[in-house]
Amino acid sequence: MQKSLHLDPNKCTGCLQCEMACAWENYRSFTTAKSRIKIFAFHHEGRFVPYTCTQCDEAWCVIACPVDAIRLDPVTGAKIVLEPTCVGCKVCTIACPFGTINYVASTGKVQKCDLCGDHGPACEKACPTGAITYVDSDWTGLGKMRQWAGKTDTNPATV
Amino acid sequence: MAWTKNVLRVNLAAGTCVQEPLNMDWARDYLGQRGLGTKYLLAEVDPKVDPFAPENKLIFVTGPLTGTMAATGGRYSVVTKGPLTGAIACSNSGGYFGAELKFAGWDMVIFEGTAPKPVYLLITDGQAELVDAAHLWGKTVWETEETIKKQHQDPQIRVASIGHAGEIGVLYAGIVNDLHRAAGRSGVGAVMGSKNLKAVAVRGTRTDAYQIANPDAFFTAVDAGKKALAANGVTGQGLPTYGTQVLMNVINELGALPTRNHRDVQFESAQAISGEAMHEKRPTDGKANLVTNGACFGCTIACGRISRMDPGHFSIKDKPQYQGASGGLEYEAAWALGAANGVSDLEALTYANFLCNEHGFDPISFGATVGAAMELYDLGILTKEEVGFELPFGSTEAVVKLAELTATGEGFGKVIGLGSKRLCAKYGRPELSMTVKGQEFPAYDGRGLQGMGLAYATSNRGACHLRGYMVSPEVLGIPIKMEPQATEGKPAMLKAFQDLTAVVDSSGLCLFTTFAWGLSDIQPQIQGACEGDWSEDRLLLVGERIWNLEREFNLAAGLTAKDDNLPPRLMKEPARTGPQKGAVSKLDVMLPEYYQLRGWSKDGVPTPETRKRLGV
Repeated sequence: MQKSLHLDPNKCTGCLQCEMACAWENYRSFTTAKSRIKIFAFHHEGRFVPYTCTQCDEAWCVIACPVDAIRLDPVTGAKIVLEPTCVGCKVCTIACPFGTINYVASTGKVQKCDLCGDHGPACEKACPTGAITYVDSDWTGLGKMRQWAGKTDTNPATV
Repeated sequence: MAWTKNVLRVNLAAGTCVQEPLNMDWARDYLGQRGLGTKYLLAEVDPKVDPFAPENKLIFVTGPLTGTMAATGGRYSVVTKGPLTGAIACSNSGGYFGAELKFAGWDMVIFEGTAPKPVYLLITDGQAELVDAAHLWGKTVWETEETIKKQHQDPQIRVASIGHAGEIGVLYAGIVNDLHRAAGRSGVGAVMGSKNLKAVAVRGTRTDAYQIANPDAFFTAVDAGKKALAANGVTGQGLPTYGTQVLMNVINELGALPTRNHRDVQFESAQAISGEAMHEKRPTDGKANLVTNGACFGCTIACGRISRMDPGHFSIKDKPQYQGASGGLEYEAAWALGAANGVSDLEALTYANFLCNEHGFDPISFGATVGAAMELYDLGILTKEEVGFELPFGSTEAVVKLAELTATGEGFGKVIGLGSKRLCAKYGRPELSMTVKGQEFPAYDGRGLQGMGLAYATSNRGACHLRGYMVSPEVLGIPIKMEPQATEGKPAMLKAFQDLTAVVDSSGLCLFTTFAWGLSDIQPQIQGACEGDWSEDRLLLVGERIWNLEREFNLAAGLTAKDDNLPPRLMKEPARTGPQKGAVSKLDVMLPEYYQLRGWSKDGVPTPETRKRLGV
């Protein structure tokens, strides 16, 4: 079964534990500027929204790359940047409709979420509220369905 | 090492920014943040200095756990000589600013001198420069933050700034970062304003600025710590759900909620301004005051309140900037703006709190000063002519109006901006000022909770609940239950709390973790991050050393044992209602024992043996 990161802004508090975990995973540093998942604070709406790569099936970054530096991990479904191959042309950063692949000036390569390989996403493990979960790719809507199901039919007496 | 070992020294008069190595001997003796900042201040500044003189310094300082995955590891402190008290001022803030400073590669920034014209400091990793702030002077905290980010085309910059209150020298002006997290107390923002320093803006992207000494040990301790926070009733349930406002009804029912300038110890409308009320749907627009809870950097508790006001409320009609969500009421603010004045309009308190954040002043000192003014008005000493409007206890309009006037320094707001002590002295009734060392009490009555009374009297920065939170044993039973009116064992418990708190405040962690964590939970996190021996005994010694160093600063500044006192009201006027009815503070019973336990003389001075033992 393939899994996907499932992000729920309703549960996010903006603590940035996920960003630190991501930076630690890839840089052995807590510097959130290096994180591949970002939390956006919409102050006046009182919302914190986590955002990262959704691992598109037909991934535009993969298609755009002129040197085939972005490959599919057949197990996790992640699109992974092969750093030695990447030439830092940044075409993928233009191709991606969501902005989730970005250039890293200090390495001259691009970086994106790779789901942390076979040990599972570090951000998900670090999230204290369940705003980030790693669930069956085919059923990312299950929680929301359940929520609505509960609203529609749990109290037969009111029919 | 979890320190970056870099200090940024900014001479505002000369316009220079110089990097220097952190004094690691001091880091080993004082850990970081509160302790280390105080050590630098005492080493470099004459404690007798006029707080607003160029010779006073302003220190922004992080701890070794700031900018780490340790839960709540995002704190920084601002240390200076305080203008409200003339004592050491050390205010602690969360948000994201402190961690960003570490990511940029700095443990500490020391500001010295006074800039000839308004400036802000821009730090981008190893680069630091003073930038002209003429266009920001007079702007609010909210506008300043937005303008700096736009100006540098970088929304990821973190900003700590002062508002108009800091610029005009409101004696309890704070420094606000990330829109509504504040180094709030003792007037650190007024010192910043006196130096013509509008803001500190930081962007940190370095991955090599500091290291974790032993990652395996660190993560083991950090993960255990997070589990403990999640499992604890206060940090896992109460604080995320109600914020610190979880306390409003509890403290009121206990009869320890100071009301109307401490005339009473219970507020008849506490429920209306409580954390529970913030969850209730308003009849006017069908929405709750509380939108969500929010966390500071790295915090797995998330006690922060994000509130949205009723757009139809009289205070914000036609003011769209207050109609979105922003930092909501914490317990202290709700108490000071509400119960201390007898005001029960939750929306109005939220608005006044927004103003405190927007313009950068401390809601505790502001609200308590308004309470004192209301008592003076009630006694006929202050008149409508003098104030410009009526000022009875319970007047929502007056609190709103005074918040607006204090922010801008107009009219009677100018007097309110001096704080309760100077206000009451000005009108010939100094005994009506509910302050210690010139700083206003927070939201617990020193008669209702005997240990808190002792904590207030002995707090090094003036009346404060965050220097030795005796509410934990006296109300919550942490680590053991102590009866509110008992005095036995309180001095020893307070000393332990004060020393432990000094450690937490110096580590980069938030004090709120201590509802769930003891020293045995904190020690392995520090030990995992920092090289060297950080045993529990050593940490407690560090805490005691910090406490005594602050004491030395105050003694050198001219404070004496006479300043370890409480207002006569708390000593002589018994609590009028509730479970603590009839109680007055028994400070005189507890204080001698406290001095003795501290290794201080009868005059409250550390003995030569104590100084030698602590190396202070």
